[in-house]
Amino acid sequence: MLETITTLKKKGDIAALNSLVPYAGAVGLEAFVDDTGLVTVLRHRDSNVGNTQIPAVHGGVVGALLEHAAILHLLAETEVAVVPRIVNLSVDYLRPCLATDTFARGRVIKQGRRVANVRVEAWQENPERPVAAAHAHFLLA
Amino acid sequence: MTDSGRPPDIARIIRVFEAIPHARELGMHVIELRHGHGFMRLPYDARFIGNPKTGVLHGGVVTSFLDTLGGMVVMASVADGTPLATLDLRIDYLHPARPGSDIFGSAECYKVTDSVAFVRGLAYHETFRDPIANCTATFMLGATGFTGKTDTPGPPSGGGQPC
Repeated sequence: MLETITTLKKKGDIAALNSLVPYAGAVGLEAFVDDTGLVTVLRHRDSNVGNTQIPAVHGGVVGALLEHAAILHLLAETEVAVVPRIVNLSVDYLRPCLATDTFARGRVIKQGRRVANVRVEAWQENPERPVAAAHAHFLLA
Repeated sequence: MTDSGRPPDIARIIRVFEAIPHARELGMHVIELRHGHGFMRLPYDARFIGNPKTGVLHGGVVTSFLDTLGGMVVMASVADGTPLATLDLRIDYLHPARPGSDIFGSAECYKVTDSVAFVRGLAYHETFRDPIANCTATFMLGATGFTGKTDTPGPPSGGGQPC
């Protein structure tokens, strides 16, 4: 697994790395690279809905997107040699996450020898109007 | 906690939460629900593995589980029909969930104000001494939140500010 990760990282193929994770396929998490870096996407699926009245994506799946985006971001854009292990995650829900695709981008606030602090924001139509934001700590060793 | 309005309809809340599409997808089951406290079970399912090397479930599964359980416990703690929406959720991952084992969850709504409900919860295997994740969460009451009712949500009968 680690060899696979190292190889895929060298090729910069985060999408292939993402496809190794069964959960990503089950809920519709994908990854691509744009001009400014890695973007993680949560494709809309009816099975991801938490509130059928709006309808809106389940807050837990939004949390999963943010956590997943943070991990992929660390793998893609830092020199970590292991899969980062999450310590904690704090999610702020800012707007209803409607039944459409949701995007997320991470930013490493601080990377130490043992711990990384990552911020992530998720949005739908407009990155200036985030639907959720999170910060998370990961163990790197 | 429910100073005004009708008391929560526990049987309806259990039905509503088990019928949430993503709760069904993950296979969540309510073990017990009463005013201010609830228990749920989540079966292990290989479709939701986050680490293919170890078989450990994705953290998002635990997040969805504790968010659902927290919301259900809040609904069981406020006046019937009060809309709710998760405001924030913090999860501390204490130990990876054991591959192949069911996850249990316990959550308590320990304070309700006009606008906000405060929750703490724990995901564990079999006993509290085998913890997987701890969570604290807050839920906004009122406004355009989730009621689980099919009719148009009106203003909450128990008060509360729009968020």
